[in-house]
Amino acid sequence: MKKIEAIIQPHKLEEVKEALKEIGIEGMTVLEVRGHGRQKGHKEVYRGQEYQVDLLPKIKLEMVVASERVEEVATALAAAARSGAIGDGKIFISEVTDAIRIRNDDRGDAAL
Amino acid sequence: MTIEKHNRRRHQTWMTRLASYILLAVLGSGMALAQATAVDAGQRLDNLEKAVKSAQMSGDNAWMLTSSALVLLMTGPGLALFYGGLVRRKNVLGTMMHSFILMATVSILWAVVGYSLSFAEGSPFIGDLRYMFLHGVGADPNPDYAGTIPQQTYMVYQLMFAIITPALISGAFAERMKFSAMLLFSTLWSLVVYFPMAHMVWGKGGFLNGALGGTFPAWDFAGGTVVHITSGVSALVCALYLGKRDGYPNASMRPHSVVLSVIGACLLWVGWFGFNAGSAVSAGALASSAFIATHFATAAAVLGWIAIEWVLAGKPSILGAASGAVAGLVAITPASGFVKPMPAILIGALAGVICYLMVSKVKKMFGYDDALDAFGVHGIGGTLGAILTGVFATKEVNDLRAGKAMGWVDGDPGQVMNQVIAVAISAGLAIVGTLVILKICDLVCGVRVSKQDETEGLDVSMHGEEGYNFEA
Repeated sequence: MKKIEAIIQPHKLEEVKEALKEIGIEGMTVLEVRGHGRQKGHKEVYRGQEYQVDLLPKIKLEMVVASERVEEVATALAAAARSGAIGDGKIFISEVTDAIRIRNDDRGDAAL
Repeated sequence: MTIEKHNRRRHQTWMTRLASYILLAVLGSGMALAQATAVDAGQRLDNLEKAVKSAQMSGDNAWMLTSSALVLLMTGPGLALFYGGLVRRKNVLGTMMHSFILMATVSILWAVVGYSLSFAEGSPFIGDLRYMFLHGVGADPNPDYAGTIPQQTYMVYQLMFAIITPALISGAFAERMKFSAMLLFSTLWSLVVYFPMAHMVWGKGGFLNGALGGTFPAWDFAGGTVVHITSGVSALVCALYLGKRDGYPNASMRPHSVVLSVIGACLLWVGWFGFNAGSAVSAGALASSAFIATHFATAAAVLGWIAIEWVLAGKPSILGAASGAVAGLVAITPASGFVKPMPAILIGALAGVICYLMVSKVKKMFGYDDALDAFGVHGIGGTLGAILTGVFATKEVNDLRAGKAMGWVDGDPGQVMNQVIAVAISAGLAIVGTLVILKICDLVCGVRVSKQDETEGLDVSMHGEEGYNFEA
């Protein structure tokens, strides 16, 4: 099993969810996060006081998939999240030791 | 005489007598009727007079009670929201509490001694205690101040001014003042600064009272000196005494909710009609004039602020527009019942531009942490308005000198000098009073919170609450 973590632009969430649904992935965790890579922030001015806002709002998706499906899922995700501009985001893939379904104690791939 | 003649005479006499009686009866009842009609007319005129007076009182009292409610609205939630939105999230409740709690504490103080010290006739500098515990303040009007409304109405109207004035100061010590110290400070400040100032400008025999025999008659229609200069200057003193917030000016201290601030500013704008137009203390033409002057000055101030902001900062912000509105409202306050609409627009525009420069340039230059710009907007805006009142006050709007000139445009340039004196006295009283009081509070309970409490945020450290519970 592998964990896929994807940081994407917030406005791309619906498109990504649709694309994943189409290939049969419906389980995921969605977080609202802030951060940046190489994307520059913006300047805000309040009563003459300037503030540089570098932490930009992003969406982070987390899902655990069977190892055989990782390539397929990552490709579909990236295609849906891509706009071509800096700030599109990144996908990270890591190893998962086990998974347990809480309802009925299924283990391993059966729990996904 | 023959018997016939005698009988004829007797018949004539009888008839004459009857005619006389009838005539008398008619005349008599005629007179009684006339007298009854005369009494009737007199009674009716009397009743008419009473009815007219009652209608006038009714109209005036309705407006004044409404105005009182409007001015209270300015504090809660107007100022509470305006200031609350400007601070960081961890201090939103503490900041709103500064405004809200004064609605309670100042009210009680006012009822016990405040109204008396401000409005009872005493010395030129402070009133006596004849109205202590509101003794004698009832349904009868006080003809010195407002002859057509119950004195109770006048008292409660003035109370709302006493509430908002110390609340304005909280803009300077936001995010770092101890709550206990703030309570003690506001109470002492009301006693030492506000009540004497209100008495000097508005109380009978007050040193600066233009309408009731002051030595240096200054025009202050709704409180440019009494409310804005005193609180604005005190705010600067507080900001300097308490010192800068931890991390100022480098750490990010963005407003956590400009949304709340805009809502607050709108409530202030609407509520201010009660503040200014209500200071006419009647529902007549003067109230209309003050209403109009207030509104147009504010509109001009909004445009003045964002015009200069657009040029100097690159983008016009809504926080700027809202701040401009408040600056205009402050500046027109002393002038509202004395100037015509076009001068009001000029006053507003100038306030927008000058207050913008104060908060964006001058503050940075001197480096003091007037967190919410209480001095930059209220202190400076109030000073500008007070002085310009001396320029533009005219008997065509308010003829308090029975035909003689009211201000420079009328032909009395000397009035500007009286205005300057009033400004100087307000500022001086504010500075001295505030310094002494801060020292006392510092000795009694300490004024500034600990660094840990400041970092944690006043909501949790002072009040054990959080403004927003996203998990709830």
